[in-house]
Amino acid sequence: MLYLYDGALNVPNILKDWYEQEEKNNYGAFIPFVGTVRSEDEIDGLSFDLYEPILKSWFKAWQKKAEKKSAIIKMAHSRGDVMLHESSYIAAVFSPKRRAALEFINEFVEDFKASAPIWKYDLRNGNRIYAIDRSTAIKGSGILGDKK
Amino acid sequence: MVRIEFLGPIQKEPLELQITNLNELAKILQDDKEMQEWLTNSAVAVNDTLICSSNHELKDGDKVSLLPPVCGG
Repeated sequence: MLYLYDGALNVPNILKDWYEQEEKNNYGAFIPFVGTVRSEDEIDGLSFDLYEPILKSWFKAWQKKAEKKSAIIKMAHSRGDVMLHESSYIAAVFSPKRRAALEFINEFVEDFKASAPIWKYDLRNGNRIYAIDRSTAIKGSGILGDKK
Repeated sequence: MVRIEFLGPIQKEPLELQITNLNELAKILQDDKEMQEWLTNSAVAVNDTLICSSNHELKDGDKVSLLPPVCGG
């Protein structure tokens, strides 16, 4: 399942909910990844824009990949502002086996960074500044660029 | 008409254009100086499906979205 929230994630509640949803479903491994906003470069926090239609179809494709491994995947992400030491992202894999779950969460988070239609901004002195230096062009980008 | 939407940090209002493929859109947007850098690094979706070729045909009612570089998490 994909869960989108306005502002920071309530990490303890989300992890508790996910654990309770799956604890009786015979998964041997539950591997969560929690992303927290760190203090660096004098930012006050981060802010996010999402494009839900493509985010949902991207996530659905990963749910199908998980199904093939008898695993399930859950993800929560913030939209809007998330301040220092708050969390904006949680991904988790539930899988029969530990090794498959560890590999899967790594692949999933890598593709999330490269492909999920989410835009990050630094919040600094009241300004919202697009984090272009930390952003990745989606595969296939540039088809409208000048080819001369 | 085809609707063009600019997502995330691209500060541009949507356009409604009479075009039949993405090459025609490319020519129109390349004339906009503020769009030139975005055109080189943005992905393109038609009706919320990512497209890899500028030869892609468009029909009345289609929605084209430009997706600049991403950074979730």
